[in-house]
Amino acid sequence: MVLLTRKIEFSASHRYDNPALSAEENRRVFGKCNNPHGHGHNYTLEVTVAGEPDPVTGMVVDLSELKKLLEREVMQRMDHRHLNEEVPELAGQIPTCENVARVIWKLLDPKITQGKLHRVRLYESPDLFADCCRNGAA
Amino acid sequence: MNALAHDGLKVELGRRYHFAAAHRLHSARLSEAENSRLYGKCNNPHGHGHNYVLEVSLSGDIDPATGMIANLADLDGFVQREVLEAFDHRSLNDEVPEFREQVPTTENLCIEIYRRLRAFPNAKLERVRVQETNNNSFEYAGEREIEAPINAPQEIGAR
Repeated sequence: MVLLTRKIEFSASHRYDNPALSAEENRRVFGKCNNPHGHGHNYTLEVTVAGEPDPVTGMVVDLSELKKLLEREVMQRMDHRHLNEEVPELAGQIPTCENVARVIWKLLDPKITQGKLHRVRLYESPDLFADCCRNGAA
Repeated sequence: MNALAHDGLKVELGRRYHFAAAHRLHSARLSEAENSRLYGKCNNPHGHGHNYVLEVSLSGDIDPATGMIANLADLDGFVQREVLEAFDHRSLNDEVPEFREQVPTTENLCIEIYRRLRAFPNAKLERVRVQETNNNSFEYAGEREIEAPINAPQEIGAR
């Protein structure tokens, strides 16, 4: 098995606020991530696909196909968007790094037909990231 | 907030911290000549330092109310108290009791940091990774079996 990782970057805004909590509780739990008008990050996404290199092409996955998939599913959906307001897959969830990584996994996994999605790593900043993978496949 | 059903996925949170510390690699069980041969310039008598990068990985259920595996402020406070205050801008050999006897290699540093952080109450500590320089990094995930690469032995045998 060989792992192949493709990296993309996108910029998006978000805000952490749980309507079930009071304003004070939201402030206490989420700190400045609860500021009323939101804030943004430059996200870095690493998508890792596992598979055997095709004997004819030598590829685990056709990178141009993977690029197109990431453009369609991630860039168009999230780049220069407000994650709370404009991404229906995140409706009802706090758009933390953990939840966004999981949403990206669910968007990509059914559409990767060459190889198998192995891991999604989403960096919100160089010092904070979330990994999503199949349970037991870490 | 939607309840997040068990969907067969595992999510880990990774957080990086930075600290600077001095150390000297020297084993009391070896002669001066052996220490010098084994550790090279890392054995220079007055020590030297690194900008260490510590990467902490946690797993657990994402709390539907917060979207988080662990509250970052809680994690940051815990790591600050348990590790950074003890190690940052310190001499590991002279100021961290565990390294009075043990050689403060980054292997041992990983194990010591894991030991200090595994009591974090709000999520499971998966592993710690310590980068000593841009070219050297070490990981420790407690004592567990390392998974063998899939099919590797059979493939080698078949050739």
